[in-house]
Amino acid sequence: MPKLIKQGEITSDAWLPPAADAATAPEFHLPTLGQWQDLADKTGSAVQIEPGDGIAELLPALDAIGLVAVHFPLFTDGRGFSYGRELRQRGYRGELRAVGTFLPDQLHYLRRCGFDAFQFSDESRLEEGLRQLDIFSEHYQGAIDEPQPLFRRRH
Amino acid sequence: MYLYDQYDQRIVDERVAQFRDQTRRFLAGELTAAEFLPLRLQNGLYVQRLAPMLRIAVPYGLLSSAQLRKLAHITRHYDKGYAHVSTRQNIQLNWPQLEEVPEILAELAGVQMHAIQTSGNCIRNTTTDQFAGVAADEREDPRPWCEIIRQWSTLHPEFAFLPRKFKIAVCASEQDRAAIHAHDIGVELLANAAGEYGFKVLAGGGLGRTPVIGSVISEWLEKRHLLTYLEAILRVYNQYGRRDNKYKARIKILVKAMGVEAFREAVEREWALVKDGPSTLTDEEIARAKSFFTEPPYVQLDAGASAAALQARCTADPIFGNWVARNTLAHRVPGYRAVTISLKATGNAPGDVTDSQLELLADLADSFSFGELRTTHQQNMVLADVEASALYTLWQQLQGAGLATPNIGYITDVICCPGGDYCSLANAKSIPVAEAIQARFEDLDYLYDLGPLELNISGCMNACGHHHIGHIGILGVDKKGAEFYQVSLGGSQSKEAAIGKILGPSFSQEDIPDVVENILDTFVSLRQEEETFLQTYNRVGIEPFKERVYAKTH
Ligand code: SF4
Repeated sequence: MPKLIKQGEITSDAWLPPAADAATAPEFHLPTLGQWQDLADKTGSAVQIEPGDGIAELLPALDAIGLVAVHFPLFTDGRGFSYGRELRQRGYRGELRAVGTFLPDQLHYLRRCGFDAFQFSDESRLEEGLRQLDIFSEHYQGAIDEPQPLFRRRH
Repeated sequence: MYLYDQYDQRIVDERVAQFRDQTRRFLAGELTAAEFLPLRLQNGLYVQRLAPMLRIAVPYGLLSSAQLRKLAHITRHYDKGYAHVSTRQNIQLNWPQLEEVPEILAELAGVQMHAIQTSGNCIRNTTTDQFAGVAADEREDPRPWCEIIRQWSTLHPEFAFLPRKFKIAVCASEQDRAAIHAHDIGVELLANAAGEYGFKVLAGGGLGRTPVIGSVISEWLEKRHLLTYLEAILRVYNQYGRRDNKYKARIKILVKAMGVEAFREAVEREWALVKDGPSTLTDEEIARAKSFFTEPPYVQLDAGASAAALQARCTADPIFGNWVARNTLAHRVPGYRAVTISLKATGNAPGDVTDSQLELLADLADSFSFGELRTTHQQNMVLADVEASALYTLWQQLQGAGLATPNIGYITDVICCPGGDYCSLANAKSIPVAEAIQARFEDLDYLYDLGPLELNISGCMNACGHHHIGHIGILGVDKKGAEFYQVSLGGSQSKEAAIGKILGPSFSQEDIPDVVENILDTFVSLRQEEETFLQTYNRVGIEPFKERVYAKTH
């Protein structure tokens, strides 16, 4: 089973990348946004969004969804950071998973944007990712992990 | 100036440790060159033609004498004994060793400096008026607002991988000395009808390949909403800015493509989500930021007596008098003047300053200007608070160090990017062009007769030399592998901002001084009374210049 970082440790689960060509997502494959939209019952559903998909379609079902995977096909494409943070700001409480070719060096920012699970395409990066998760102990601006900016906490 | 407490220091120290580790992993092969690239860029480190280039952040251009001494030490120990002031008021080192960069950053952290986000596709150093706090036309000191923006944007987790670089400038005076119309976001502090101060917010200005003047997104914004509103603009840009073509990735292209109305609506939608949330500024935070930019302990001076004494000195020593007239400015406090130190001596790469000059400037800042100095986006330096009675001593010391060229605001005060001598992106060299122009117009009487004239040179379309907004702009272009130069006229960075018009086919490097001379001869022959170059140009248009220049060279 694919490995990932979740709850601050390395673990594994059954989810596989989307089978984009299929009409409906095969078992254990994350549904694409289109496949997810066709689901009759979205309770406990999972979905993977791609850069450019945006999150507008997810908003009516935020309470029902159990897992949103945000795909980073290129680590330099930062749209996923905004998707994650906005989902959390709009009240999403389920698992928020970064998947793809992002860098261990980006885990801390991702976590600050509300991601709580991290699945590298290259599993050899998991250890390094874990090490980088809390690389900064203080921040100026508020984010999902700590909504209060430093200026409201400085003393 | 702003001083770190334990929180600021911890953030910068942790950043140094992070970069030290990233450098180690890159050298050990754990990070590929492509992966290390954006990581090092966000720490100001480019890999250039001859060596890496390190860009050190100088937040809104303010430096203490201790920081100047540290910079002198760094240039001497880790570089070749000189530094370069960039058009974004930052300091660049041209010859550091990659392996030593973590050490340099640690040295900088020791004097509350860093290189965070001086490069890369993230929010860059916020810039403002170099005469902040002393300008007579100032509405309010812009620096507390720059500092508030600096802290918010530093290591921002959502906006570190934007489509492209992102630059913010703040103006809080009648005259715009921060070129806010040419920035991704321009913020102008101004009063509403009720006389209450707030911000006008522009977005989508920028230079580069497609120069655009910024559009007004908010006519007036309450001060406390500044950060949430900026956050909303950045959110829209990060989600919708183009990422398929680096030349179409700046926010100016997005604002044009969406239309200002639709862009504003998208911003308002995002803003609704964060408005009045925890990032809303508190009165305490605004007061705290302002507390770092209070007045220095000025001495009460008799304005009349001080002016008379200075006048007498100037008459007795006309060379000094000329320097006072050209390189110093009236101060809002009686008996003080703001002094611009020219880094544009002929034969010197514009904006370069040596280790010993930096040390001298540190001493002069301590003796004459409350221990502070500023860098300017015209690539000069400023001692902002000098007593008029101290000007003569100051001038003598500057003169001895080659720092008293009386050319501020004249054609030899060339604004120039590092160009092909250093920069791997360059189409052409820029420094030799600047030097040739300085050499051609060395005659001071002629220089002053021409009046205020901004000449800007960029080595490529990236426009680091801001050539589009120079009264005369020169751009290095590649013509079948050879270095050529395109000339434009009529740009301006004032509130009536304008993008220069291209004169015509490009020229070889040797031709440029003649071309500039022809342009200036045309101006002098058409000029009415005391017109400036820009006024004459705006009245007569580009045609007469074209005729003259191309008649001669063909
Ligand atoms: S304008 Fe071009 S050549 Fe000049 S510094 Fe910028 S990127 Fe380099």
